Order: sequence, then structure tokens, then C-alpha cells
Amino acid sequence: MSDSASKDNPEQAEFRQHCRDWLCDNTPAEPSFRLPISALEIMTEEQLTYLKDWQKSAYDAGLVGCDYPIAYGGGGRSNCQRIANEEMHRAKTPYMPNIIGLGMAAPTVLQYGQEEMKKHLLPRLFSGEDIWCQGFSEPGSGSDLASVQTFAQRDGDSWVINGHKVWTSLAHFAAWMIILLRTDKTQKHGGLSYFVVPISSALDQGVSVKPLIKMTGETGFNEVLFDDLQVDDGLRLGALGHGWQVATTTLLHERDAGELVTPRSGGMKNAATHNANTANLIDLARNTQYNGKAAVEDPLLRDRIMRQLIRETALEENQRRTRVPALLEHPARLQLQNKLLRSEIAQETAALALEVAGASASLYLGDQNAPAAGQWPLAYMSTYGNTIAAGTSEVQRNILGERVLSLAKSK
Amino acid sequence: MAQPDDYGFSEEASLLKNSARKFFKNNFSTDKLHRMVADNSDYSGASESPWDKELWQQLLELGWTLLAIPESAEGLGLPAVAVAGLVEEAGRAAFPCPLLATLNATYVLAACGNSSNAALKEIAEGATATLALTNRTGSWQPQDTEVLVTDRKLNGTAWFVQDARKIDRLLVCAKKGTGHSLYWVASDAPGISVHADRIVDLTRDQAHVEFLDVEAEEVCEDGLKALEQAFPAIWTMLAADVIGAAEWQLQTTTEYARTRTQFERPIGFFQAVKHPLVDVMIQIDEAKSLVYNAACAIDHEPRRAAEYAHMAKASASETAAFASSRSVQFHGGIGYTWECFVQLYFKRQKHSQLLWGDAAWHRARLADIVLGEIG
Repeated sequence: MSDSASKDNPEQAEFRQHCRDWLCDNTPAEPSFRLPISALEIMTEEQLTYLKDWQKSAYDAGLVGCDYPIAYGGGGRSNCQRIANEEMHRAKTPYMPNIIGLGMAAPTVLQYGQEEMKKHLLPRLFSGEDIWCQGFSEPGSGSDLASVQTFAQRDGDSWVINGHKVWTSLAHFAAWMIILLRTDKTQKHGGLSYFVVPISSALDQGVSVKPLIKMTGETGFNEVLFDDLQVDDGLRLGALGHGWQVATTTLLHERDAGELVTPRSGGMKNAATHNANTANLIDLARNTQYNGKAAVEDPLLRDRIMRQLIRETALEENQRRTRVPALLEHPARLQLQNKLLRSEIAQETAALALEVAGASASLYLGDQNAPAAGQWPLAYMSTYGNTIAAGTSEVQRNILGERVLSLAKSK
Repeated sequence: MAQPDDYGFSEEASLLKNSARKFFKNNFSTDKLHRMVADNSDYSGASESPWDKELWQQLLELGWTLLAIPESAEGLGLPAVAVAGLVEEAGRAAFPCPLLATLNATYVLAACGNSSNAALKEIAEGATATLALTNRTGSWQPQDTEVLVTDRKLNGTAWFVQDARKIDRLLVCAKKGTGHSLYWVASDAPGISVHADRIVDLTRDQAHVEFLDVEAEEVCEDGLKALEQAFPAIWTMLAADVIGAAEWQLQTTTEYARTRTQFERPIGFFQAVKHPLVDVMIQIDEAKSLVYNAACAIDHEPRRAAEYAHMAKASASETAAFASSRSVQFHGGIGYTWECFVQLYFKRQKHSQLLWGDAAWHRARLADIVLGEIG
């Protein structure tokens, strides 16, 4: 595998050194409390404060939003966010809490927002002062996203919103939401418009947020109800009736296939944080008895563990090959596979870990005899969040079949 | 030693790959391949292994067999990623020729040290060659060879010798006392009998080669060490061939799914067809990324070259099987016929899937490296 630093241009090399120097002194200590697997499962104010402090300090040091224009609070660099991300992971930092803001809202606001909005909202988004959430799915609109019914009624220079959004991660901490709304009931895709709307400042004034409990027992996502919420037309992104095109920009970035690299940190070894990866699986197999010997010595399990290692390595190598145009058959072919593969490979790895653990896989969080403190069953169940959210695996296969292989469209 | 991020896939490598693709596109259509190797559906003729020697001669003149030869032996000494790019295109065309066989012999000879320079120079001058080291049971461990050195002469039989009827020279692994040596010998030398196998794949030939008191030149006294060093390149190049052929299978089957209509729709509309085709694409891409990682490791991270080559060939073997299966199934009735082109690639891929170790074999070797061997 590669050391990507070897290909840095002078600006990137200098920036990488800046990141390393700063991280050397400023990578935060591990917290005394448990952090969830990702920002989408943040449950307590204590977790949120710790993670917001980290994002703010990384932003102040220039490691967040590096490739965005300076006028909107960015770093004004080019192709440097990837480097900051690599160095943050290398330094084993915590992850950033404003994941939806950074990954989805920011690139969409940058492309479609009005000047004042960009100047006002983006700096506070990058610093993590404003947490963002995404209002796309509804009880009746999942994979068929363009069927959303939450309606915005025109009222002079403003809009009145009524409806129901679901699976809204981080809404309970959010200042803002990106939202896909129906502004015309007579046509499907062409009847959609895209807005940003206030959440925390509008609670009990047209917005209510109710937590939903995941199958893991964790909270983190919500339903959000709109009851005559009034918003200004200046909060619209893109033209009236062009909501679907704007949403496409959001979704491409959500699936790591957009133009801008999402600021992303992580890598911190938290005793209570567990990634469904092969390194952890091998660790489990070395320490688990299976048919009277270490699981890692069982030929069938070895074969299956190697399958996971091979696919996990292939996913990393796909990322690398994305940067070598001479070895690509189609420009978007690898990027559009990214989310699908990442979620499915992790799911298979976690499922295999449960088999390796055997009877002990029945033990969950809080059981003192559970392997890895009961994190594997949690990790396995959590992977379904990833194979369902942001376009199910089935929808991803439709997109790949239709956009890359030019097969006939499903709709 | 770290790998360069772009695999060291240079402008030169890119030009070579593109020119290879154009060459096959202009000179060797699948229709031509079918007429050449499948003119006769009688399998008793399969051992004839027809091929286009004139076109191969042009490739020799373009220097394709020189690419992997070190500059010290009058070759071009190109990195393995550049060679892999070329092999991927040859695989896409399923071009019957001794390119892979000669590359395999080249990588082994290059791992022998100075003692093999004369043999490498012969390849540089246009000779073709293949490896002879597999036993009757198809063991991919060269120490299991059935060829013995007795009275300084080769005796015994080498099995599953690839493209044996297209090449000039054999590179033989033979048991000598307690060790294993490599020998370089003309394939028509006295005492050698080449018995063509009747094989499924119409784009290759294969033989078992019998040695009876054959005088041969010893080019390496520690044959197993040289082979161990060369195997990552051998596995990786075959995997590169597989992903090229699999891309042909994907594109051909996708084209069919776009145009074949049933129930008033192109069959690619149906997710029972669409989704598996996407899965074929995903497998190809995983294997391809692993191939270039493995090829890059050969020159830049040799300590891990075997590990990455096992990953590449394991992944490519799975891809070969799955892409082949879906290509015939989704062509329906016509896919099951002799006249349909997909059968040619199906058979070539099933051969490649098993050659030099199938997926499970490579995963077992990989596990020995990553997890440690088990008693």
C-alpha cells in the first residue's frame, strides 16, 4: 500500500507538516466516558461538548474546510482537506460531531447558497458551533425520495412548512436542517425545492423534535414535525422546482462521490469504541477458543477472515486507484461504489465476528463476560444503519447499474 | 520501502496500455477469435490450439516480451505495473499467445541472478518460453515436481505446462539430490515429448511434457528460492489477464442486457439482472485495485509482494468465476450455444481461475502470512 505523502506538491507538503506539528501538541486526550461508534449516535451533552471542542480547535488550526474559500470561513487552499484528514487519522484524533454539516450541507450551501447565507452559515458550520441535520426521508418516502410530501406553502416573501421528517440524526442538537420540500403538488421531481431551515431556534414555534430509539437501544436519530413553520424565501437553495438537482449534490457528497473532500477526523482508540474491521476481528479470533483451540487456527474461519481482509484492502486500494485516471474505465465508477462497499464489508466482518465469538456473542453491552465489552453485537446491528441510510444498498445498485452500466432505469 | 501513491503507473505505462488496447481492437476482434479457435465444435480438434503467429510476430517486434527483462540482460526493465497494464489488455482480447508464459519464465530467470543472463538474452532476441514444474496432481508447490536429475540428465514428466506448443524453450524445475535446480532447454531437444492435453479452454494450449535422458543447461542451483521470488509476479500477471477478460464479459453482457427485450422492456431493467451485473463490476474493480497494488509492491514493497499477490489472485479467481457464470446466464439460450462469443471467455476464465492456485489456495497462503501458520 502507498504512502500518499510521497505525491504531495509543495503546498500540500508544507500543509501536511503544519498539520503534523499542530496535531503533535493538540490531539486531545481520550475522554473518561464512552464515545459512540460515530457522530450519528451522540447521545449526551457531555459527549457533544467534548467533540465540539475538538472540532473547534481543529478548525481554528486550519484543518477543517481547508479547500473552501476564505470569504466563507474556509482555508482557501486546494486539495488539502484530504491531507488534513490523513494526518488527523494518523494522529488518532476523535471524530468531528458536525458530520452532516461538513459532509452534506457545506458543499450544497457553497454551490447553491446566496452570498449572505454562505458568509453567515459556513464559518459556524466549520467550527462546529452550529450542528446541522438533514431532512430528506419521511414516513412515506424512503428509497423513493422524490415522493416527499412535506409541503411549503408560499406566503409573500416567506413559506409556511407543514409535514413530517424521519430518521433525522443529530436533530436534537441541531441549529439548522437542510430540507427537501414539496412546493408543487402537480409534479413529482419538478415539484421539489430545497431549503435550509432553523431547528433549535424554532422549537415550539413550528418545529418539534422527538427521539427515535434504534434497534441497538441507542438514541441519536429523531422524527421532526413541522407545524406552520414560517421561513424566509432567502433560505432557499437553488431555483424553485430545482430541489431534486440540489439534493443530488448533497447525496453525491454523502456517498463520498462529490467534488469536495469532506473534512473527517478519527482514529482515536477509545476503549469503548469499536470498529467492525478485520484488525479487530483478527484480534478477537486470536483470543477466542473455538472447538478446543484458538479460533485463528480454524481453517474455515481463516478462509473467511481472509475474504474480509482482501475486500477491506480492495476498498482502500479503490480509493487510491480513484486518483489514477489512467486505470479507470469510467470517471464515477469507483466513487459510486464507495458507500455500498464500505457498509456491506463492515456488515460481513461484524457478522463473522459474532460467529467467531460463538455463544459469547449473546452477551451485550454491560455484561462483564462479553468479548470486547459487548461491542461486536452492537457493531453488527449498527452496520444496518449504514446499509439502509443514505440510499439503501439496493438503491445504490440501481444507481450503479443505471449511471455506470447504462441499464434501463427503474422508474 | 513505500509504494508511490499512483502505483508508479507512468505516462509510458499509460501509453503502452492504450496502444495495446488499440492494437487488439484494430487487429483482433472477438469475431476473428471465434473463427480462429471455434471454427470446429468437435473437441477432438481442441488440442490443435490454432493461433495467429503473424500477429504474435508483430507483438514480438513491438518488444512486448522485452518489457520485463532487466536492462542488464538487454531488456527494457519496465516496472511490473506497466507490464500488468499490457497483460490486462491482452486478457481483454483473449489473444491466444505465449505472452504470459514467456513473462513467467522471464520473472523466474530474472530472480536467478547472473547465471541466467544467457537465457534472458535469448528471450530478448525473440525466443518464447514456459515453466515446467507442476506434478500430475496439479500441485502449485514447485518442490513437488516429478522431474528428476539423474546422471546430469532430466527424467520424468511435467504436467499442466501452459502454451507448451507455442514456445521455443522450457524452464524446468527438477529435483537434484536434496535440492531443486532450474534447467533451460529447447522444447524440441532430443528426449523431450510434448503431449498435448485436450482442454476446455479454446484460447490456450496445455501439455504434459515428458523428459527422457534430456541434456539441459542448469541456470539456477536454488530453484525454489528463485521461484518464490518470482511467484508474486506470476500470480499478479495472471490476475491482470483475468480482470481484462472479465471487463470484456461485463461490457458484452451489459450491452446484451441493454438491447435484449422481454416483457416489453430491456432485460437490464429487471433488478434480478441489473444487480448481479453491478456485483460483477464491483468484483472486477476490487480485483483490479488489488492487481495494481500487488504489481507496484513487486518493485516498491517486495517484502509484502507475496501477501498482496495472494490477495490479487484470490480476488481475480472469484471474479473469473462470477463474471463467467453471469455472462452465460444473462445471455439466456443463446449464451448456452457454441456460436455465442461468451463461451470463449467463460472457458478461458475457468482455466485462469484454477491456474497457479484458486481463490481458496491463495487465501490459505495469505492466512499463513497474516495469521501465522498452523501446525
